[in-house]
Amino acid sequence: MRSALAATSEVRFAARRAAGLVLLAAALGAPFVFYPVFVMKALCFALFASAFNLLIGYVGLASFGHAAFFGWAAYATAFAVKSWGLPPLPGILLGTALAAAMGLVFGWLAIRRQGIYFAMITLALAQMMYFVAVEAKFTGGEDGIQAVPRGRLLGLVDLNDPLAMYYFVLAIFLVGFAILWRTVNSPFGEVLKAIRENEGRAVSLGYRTEHYKLLAFTLSAAISGLAGATKALVFQLASLTDVYFSTSGDVLLMALLGGIGTLFGPTAGAIVMVGMENYLAQFGSWVTVIEGVIFVVCVLTFRRGIVGELARLLPRWFADGHAR
Amino acid sequence: MLSVLHIALPPLPALMAQLLIGLINGAFYAMLSLGLAVIFGMLGIINFTHGSQYMIGAFCAYLLLKFLGINYWMALIVAPLVVGAFGIVLERLFIRYLYQLDHLYGLLLTFGLALILEGLFRQEWGSSGLPYSIPPTLTGAYNLGFMFLPIYRGWVIVASLIICFGTWFVIERTRLGSYLRAATENPALVQSFGVNVPRMITLTYGFGVALAALAGVLAAPIYQVSPLMGENVIIVVFAVVVIGGMGSILGSILSGFVLGLIEGLTKVFWPEASSTAIFVIMAVVLLVKPAGFFGREFR
Repeated sequence: MRSALAATSEVRFAARRAAGLVLLAAALGAPFVFYPVFVMKALCFALFASAFNLLIGYVGLASFGHAAFFGWAAYATAFAVKSWGLPPLPGILLGTALAAAMGLVFGWLAIRRQGIYFAMITLALAQMMYFVAVEAKFTGGEDGIQAVPRGRLLGLVDLNDPLAMYYFVLAIFLVGFAILWRTVNSPFGEVLKAIRENEGRAVSLGYRTEHYKLLAFTLSAAISGLAGATKALVFQLASLTDVYFSTSGDVLLMALLGGIGTLFGPTAGAIVMVGMENYLAQFGSWVTVIEGVIFVVCVLTFRRGIVGELARLLPRWFADGHAR
Repeated sequence: MLSVLHIALPPLPALMAQLLIGLINGAFYAMLSLGLAVIFGMLGIINFTHGSQYMIGAFCAYLLLKFLGINYWMALIVAPLVVGAFGIVLERLFIRYLYQLDHLYGLLLTFGLALILEGLFRQEWGSSGLPYSIPPTLTGAYNLGFMFLPIYRGWVIVASLIICFGTWFVIERTRLGSYLRAATENPALVQSFGVNVPRMITLTYGFGVALAALAGVLAAPIYQVSPLMGENVIIVVFAVVVIGGMGSILGSILSGFVLGLIEGLTKVFWPEASSTAIFVIMAVVLLVKPAGFFGREFR
């Protein structure tokens, strides 16, 4: 005889597996319904927002400077692929590695302070890297690095084919997302959540919380870089917009709108925001105004975000959602 | 030997001119970080909208002159009142709902408000600067012997010192200021003595915003009036605040001026690095003195 508890958990598991399969099918079929570049952009920002969410949602560290990792990885990849003729995969890995190294240094500096100081420090460091990008020669200043060749994946697949490129980007997204998922659902992830809830207590239990925070920061920066590097190949462009603090604000808004501290929230938020920017692009500065309004509404009335609210309303489906 | 020195050191007037620009920038950093510190002390909120409110102060002066013919001197009084009142409205409508939440939400909300305000101004006036001329009584320059000092720039330095000192005096040396400082430490206790703490919080926010607007009016004739002027300066001011720490009024004033001067010096010796100088200093300070120079750690 099986207990009722085991039965519900089996139902839950089946439901989640079904939901996962539906999402995967949607991702595989998306380029046949939507414009591929649009879906690829959404995937890049979804990965970026998920990486950002690792810090704000699971460690409780609000970074205002993630554009630095996203944008500099894009520059590194674009430059390496265009000027050194690196193939796409090593190019992306190079950008990711640069972002990880920057994350290590920035994290090392920023975790010395907490709360809002942490936010201001990350913002200031990212602004510094923005000015470096403005001054540096290889970034191409206002023009950015344009006409970046997508190249051939492993020398076999021509990535100029939109569908090939799309599935390449989807694979990168899935790998990045899996790393984040595995991190959150590991003993390491449990310690991160403990730090979020009560850092003092985590310290008293004997955890070197700075090490955990630094590792989480570096990982978050690396995956943000992975997203930025991929974006550089998708648009064949790396520009100042990617390193500017408005991009840090965008990714923050995606996480907030979708649900900070939920696994799928940032992805949902990214899809909504990228879609919105797509349709509202003709309205100029009104996009900024609308983004601001969404910020205000989310903070005042919708702090759980889309997925967080769903998790509250459909508890059986997302039973272990991590909404705060 | 002497010729080597000539190459290494720029001519004195050029050096002094850059130092003056640094001092002027420093005056604005000081006024803005002072306002941030006052607001943070009382509300526990980092006011990201501060840059927008500074920008709106400058726009206020511009619009008052253009449409109502109200001159600079009146704008110095009217603009802070108008923008301060607007700040009070923002506090009553939005910000007051966040006092019980994590400080982060205050930062997010005011960031959203900044996006709204800057987007609206950009939509209406574009991104290019609008000129605002120096009032006739302050045009011209003094010859100090080693350099020419434009009178308006001298006035800005004097005015900012008066504003900074005045704010310090009110908070540290008056009865009202003692209520404020007490309410920062323990609002419940101060309220039990019959002080209306919520109103004090609202007025403090209005005052901080008015300070930003006043700085904006002072800035209008120097920098062009532009919707972007706020977002460019606010991040630098954040770095200043990290370096100085928000625990002390005098600390934020001092760090503002000193960092402005250092930025000016960098412009002389290594122009490309001048935009990053303050951020590099911030990184170094975090290494050697993580709490900042005058800091108390807040969570």
